Amino acid sequence: MEIIDILLAASFWEAAIRIATPLIFGVLGALVCERAGVLNLGIEGIFTAGAMAGWMAVWLGAGLWGGLLVAALAGGFFGLIHAILTVPLGLSQHVSGIGVTLLATSLSYFTYRTALPDVSSPPRITPFQPLDIPVLSDLPFIGQALFSQTAMTILAFVLVFVTGWVLYRTPLGLAIRAVGDNPSAVEAQGLSVYALRIGAVVVGSAMMALGGAFLTMSAFDAFFFGMINGRGWVCIALTVFASWRPGKALIGALLFGAFDAFQVRLQTEVGAFLPSQVFLMMPYILSIIALIVVARKADYPKALLVPWFKGQR
Amino acid sequence: MSSAAHTSPKTSQDLLLSLAGITKKFGPLIANDAIDLTVHRGEIVALLGENGAGKTTLMNILFGHYIADEGTVSVANQNGELELLEPGAPQAALDAGIGMVHQHFTLAENLTGLDNIILGTEPIFRLRRDRTKARAKLNDLMARSGLSVDLDQPVHKLTVGEKQRVEILKALYRDARLLVLDEPTAVLTPQEAESMFATLRKLAASGLSVIIIAHKLAEVLAVSHRIAVLRGGKKVGEMTTSDADHRSIAELMVGHEVPVSRRTARAPGNPVISLIDVTIDRGDSRRSLHGVNITAHEGEILGIAGVSGNGQAALAQLIAGLDKPDFGTVEIFGKKITKFDAHQFAQNGIARIPEDRHHDGMVGSMTVAENIAIEDVRSPEYQKLGFLDFDAIRKRAEHAITDYDVRCPGPDAPARLLSGGNIQKLILARVLEKSPKLILANQPSRGLDVGAQSEVHRRLLEARQAGAAVILISEDLDELLTISDQIAVIHAGHITSSMATETIDRSELGLMMAGQKKHAHADTTKNAGETA
Repeated sequence: MEIIDILLAASFWEAAIRIATPLIFGVLGALVCERAGVLNLGIEGIFTAGAMAGWMAVWLGAGLWGGLLVAALAGGFFGLIHAILTVPLGLSQHVSGIGVTLLATSLSYFTYRTALPDVSSPPRITPFQPLDIPVLSDLPFIGQALFSQTAMTILAFVLVFVTGWVLYRTPLGLAIRAVGDNPSAVEAQGLSVYALRIGAVVVGSAMMALGGAFLTMSAFDAFFFGMINGRGWVCIALTVFASWRPGKALIGALLFGAFDAFQVRLQTEVGAFLPSQVFLMMPYILSIIALIVVARKADYPKALLVPWFKGQR
Repeated sequence: MSSAAHTSPKTSQDLLLSLAGITKKFGPLIANDAIDLTVHRGEIVALLGENGAGKTTLMNILFGHYIADEGTVSVANQNGELELLEPGAPQAALDAGIGMVHQHFTLAENLTGLDNIILGTEPIFRLRRDRTKARAKLNDLMARSGLSVDLDQPVHKLTVGEKQRVEILKALYRDARLLVLDEPTAVLTPQEAESMFATLRKLAASGLSVIIIAHKLAEVLAVSHRIAVLRGGKKVGEMTTSDADHRSIAELMVGHEVPVSRRTARAPGNPVISLIDVTIDRGDSRRSLHGVNITAHEGEILGIAGVSGNGQAALAQLIAGLDKPDFGTVEIFGKKITKFDAHQFAQNGIARIPEDRHHDGMVGSMTVAENIAIEDVRSPEYQKLGFLDFDAIRKRAEHAITDYDVRCPGPDAPARLLSGGNIQKLILARVLEKSPKLILANQPSRGLDVGAQSEVHRRLLEARQAGAAVILISEDLDELLTISDQIAVIHAGHITSSMATETIDRSELGLMMAGQKKHAHADTTKNAGETA
């Protein structure tokens, strides 16, 4: 069976994990924001800003890790705008988020065009290279699938663990989970609702920006218009799929990556008699089905989307 | 025990808290007007007043949720000297040893009780949480105070009484010296309330000071040392509890004599609604009914007595047309109902006063006027050329506000700004102005103060006099015995046949509600299912 062959190939899983990596950053970022009670629809624009800022920093001479820092700062900046509009000012999180997406996307394109007015094909940088870890990278199957990825993929996996640890094992995580469920509970215990929410949105947005940076600094080596291509929105859906849990977020992102890698391979196998668009739709359709199954009993953070004002009853 | 509870330990160096000249305005409304209040160590002070008298505002200022326009809050430090408390800072209040249990609990329902208690007590940027030490301290606290609760359950799985215990533990865990309880009994069953008061007495004896915000007089007289009464934002009286009597406090709170509701004799008319052998089985005893036979007649108040959670919700849903029976029939004016549809039922003259008035009774973000019209937007009275006639709606609302004494900034104010009692008056205005044939009143006076409660009773009796049937679902024995003509008891989805109120013995009724005693007149009923 061709399908079995596809699924058993290490190269298939290598592709799935590579496709999943930016989504892992994105879902974790969205999850941190939403756990604190703020939906961040700025994600699509923040991905673009991260992709642009990280790549440009490296092109201007920064190191790769320096580029990642710049990307995270750019994400944090747009996150701060969203946080100020939605937390102390209590504006609609949907409207502000979409505004941030438009602003961040346009500013990224504008900066790119201003810096490179005349180029027809974008300049390339030297991106993160596949790792060659002694022993691990030589393991059969998993060596190729996981340990021959770039350092950013390993970072994404580590971030899943770190996010989980912070949320469930530290006093800070406890406060974030509480503020997304009942802000009054947090205030009554003497903590600042605003500080927690703003902090979560800024940090979450920085994580999203890393997802964008992965595209220009690891998966590819240049910045193109339209390259985010809805990945941010996929992350928003995956957050629901993950029930706001980092471990499930990883599974969701991998599942989506696998669907996508699978459709590419299926296209080459049976593409002769089906239009390619059908295959391109597949990961999204499967995601929607998975979402329907899982999200029906989704346990939303209760204060998600609900603005909270100090001193108001 | 009770005689000790009434002697107030009062010397000046025992002073723990002093509020001086607190004034707070919300726009044109003066919520607090130069209020002074002191609390001593080990003292239980009851802060009494009607809804909207300013009790909760005062406590929110004490706790730093609001900032007072004028006046100061001082708390004794460890040496017993009074120190000013920083205004508007809950953290400062917590540090000073003030713990508050809000009427609407401030618990994150997705977390366990333990996590809710620890929240905010440790430095926030740490790699690990130390739950072992917290658990040890809490186990000790629970043993000493008698407040026991499963700390590892997520809060949404706890009962209301357990949630309240978590709230109190939260304050005690932070070594509170002063505990403020806002309407602590509003959500508790009488048994839960009694056990909570016992705990408070115990804690006060060990030196904790307590402020109870309340409007139920009997409870306050049993537990407090001193009583302060607020009315219209001013402190209108203060006395030691041993000098206080029920009647004078009630008058102080309301500002005038409280009219006592009395039924006048009235012969019941035709049956309005009959439930015949109705069974609704939802697997859950709280939402099921088993072989129920009841009939409500014109000009009669039928009380359904029972501890909440025994099938009242199913009964209320059914009578409102929101659910249909699995077996049995419902007749309205002798006609068998086949289609269960809330709109149809409303057209038949069935009006409801819902149990959760905030949640089911109104839309908080809409104005008072809109809430008055909300059930009748299809009526021509509120329409002009197919559009809503806001002038008519506002005029109607203005009448309702005057006739029913709804205290609010005006017909255009959002309904969420109204206090519970005023929301209930608003609902009464909406329901009664349509001259309904049947009124389903589900816990109509729960959580209301003396004044609003007597108003609800007066209005229901008025409707009865005008010929309406009233089904009164309640767990308040006083209320049931005062205004009902007939009383039936609901327990675990079974309802006894109704008994004339005059024939009922109060303690027997209490036992029947607890399911410990079967209906004494059961042998006279034709339905064997009730006695089985």
